[in-house]
Amino acid sequence: MTEPARAVPGDGAPLIEMRGVGKTYGAIRALRGIDLRVGAGEVTCVLGDNGAGKSTLIKIMSGLHPHIEGELLVDGVATRFSSPREALDRGIATVYQDLAVVPLMEVWRNFFLGSEQVAGRFPFAPLRVRRMREIAKAELAKMGVFIDDVNRPIGTLSGGQRQCVAIARAVYFGARVLILDEPTAALGVRQSGVVLRHIAAARDAGLGVVLITHNPHHAYLVGDHFVILKLGERVLDRRRADVTLDELTMQMAGGDELAELSHELRR
Amino acid sequence: MTATAEPKAPAPVLRAGASVTRLVLTRPEIGAFIAAVAIFILFWIVAPPFRQLGSLSTVLYAASQIGIIAVAVGLLMIGGEFDLSAGVAYITAGLTAALLCYELNLNMWVGTIVALALALGIGFVNGFLVTRTGIPSFLVTLTTFFVLRGANLAVTNALSGSVASRNVSDMDGFDSLKAIFASSFTIGGVTVRITVVWWLLFVALATWVLLRTRIGNWITAVGGDAASARAVGVPVTKVKIGLFMTVGFLAWFYGMHRLYGYNTIQAGEGVGQEFLFIIAAVVGGTLLTGGSGSAIGGAIGAFIFGMVVQGIVYAGWDPNWFYAFLGVMLFLAVMVNLYVRKLTATRG
Repeated sequence: MTEPARAVPGDGAPLIEMRGVGKTYGAIRALRGIDLRVGAGEVTCVLGDNGAGKSTLIKIMSGLHPHIEGELLVDGVATRFSSPREALDRGIATVYQDLAVVPLMEVWRNFFLGSEQVAGRFPFAPLRVRRMREIAKAELAKMGVFIDDVNRPIGTLSGGQRQCVAIARAVYFGARVLILDEPTAALGVRQSGVVLRHIAAARDAGLGVVLITHNPHHAYLVGDHFVILKLGERVLDRRRADVTLDELTMQMAGGDELAELSHELRR
Repeated sequence: MTATAEPKAPAPVLRAGASVTRLVLTRPEIGAFIAAVAIFILFWIVAPPFRQLGSLSTVLYAASQIGIIAVAVGLLMIGGEFDLSAGVAYITAGLTAALLCYELNLNMWVGTIVALALALGIGFVNGFLVTRTGIPSFLVTLTTFFVLRGANLAVTNALSGSVASRNVSDMDGFDSLKAIFASSFTIGGVTVRITVVWWLLFVALATWVLLRTRIGNWITAVGGDAASARAVGVPVTKVKIGLFMTVGFLAWFYGMHRLYGYNTIQAGEGVGQEFLFIIAAVVGGTLLTGGSGSAIGGAIGAFIFGMVVQGIVYAGWDPNWFYAFLGVMLFLAVMVNLYVRKLTATRG
């Protein structure tokens, strides 16, 4: 992590910057002319209805699909990722709503999956099991997740806790940018609260957070900066000081269209 | 994983699960172990010859004949895939070595190594087709099963004019290879087949790999949730192809035992064996859907197989009951597995 303390929002060079980014899948246009800045110690919320282009946006940032128009700058350098591994190596970690963990595997194995610590270089070298257990437990405790036994299958944890393990994992492995895809969509009120607290903790640790959600209430609780997408285009881009929750909710619900619809349906 | 299923304690704190639940969840072979003890006691009571130490040796040999390939099939199933071609593949390996060396009058070592390359190739093709096309491994390996079954008979018939390879016991290199694959030795007056030693070695190695290495972690992850594993950087395709090739390797190994143990290979054999390997793994607690299981469980499954196949003979029962017994065992094993899955799924 390059930012030891909480940076002032919007201060300094952005970790990720998008300039006029666009993407099509064959004849279908998914994104057009998107500008976005992700700063250290800042939560950027991307809101939008189904099909608004949120998923495409994170796929470009996380390296699953490259963009075809505009520029993607990471630390000020124009970049085009060709695999998730490349994005991970640049410190951009993505926590997917349904791809976070392998349910039947133990918590510590999930924590280190894909980045296991081994004692030796030969193919069947032993895992450093005790060390990984200790680190997993300590890192989770740091994030405020207290699990009595990191040897239990992660499927026995609640949905919110699983998201938290995935977030703690991303932070431990040196993520500077954390992209969260609908982290609260499948969760109840209390579990959503737990996850939002961890998002705030990651922000305070100096990470740039991109929060994808369709819930303006959750976004407004932690967000510093709000972007609303609609049919692949940006319809709103405000700092927290310049927008109210009501405005966000109104825009999310359809904004002017809703007003029109309400007029039309008035009896 | 709704909010209602959350524990009563404050959200981030977790309570320890019931210890029995934990035991079942963390030790998939526990059910098979209990079943093995029960079956052992049953035959101990009803079949006096079963009590002799020599019988245990015979049971272990029968177990090793299923158990060796079952180690690899079990690993593959933990990795979320099936292999229905493993039964005919070991015949293919044996035939390759036997026919090649006999027809070209080569040293048996040459044929044995060519057979190894072919067996690994079969595994690679299975794995490549499964990962590349996305067709379920059940179908891909069913295809391989039919192709190999036909090729075994056709090629053997074309070359030797019968349904079996010729006796190769007087060929160069036969004796040294027999020492490796099909010898036996005596400990305390009991004859032990070398396949039993190899089997236990493979089980130990597979257990080590599965529980204590990075590759083992990846095997479990790939079978548990391939998409999640890929997202955190696990090379899913390589792991799966490697697992199919491991099945190829152990099919070759057992095929060599057949060749050097019996001097000849029957081209039509091996059909139906593929299910015995799968049953051994499933009885041993391997989930049919992948993501959980153990090599020791598979070994216990193979041991149960050995006890039943020999115990029925020692007890003087009609050996035809063997398959009925096997069917009941499989059903009980699946029930236990289902119970385990429910426990993990509902406690979210």
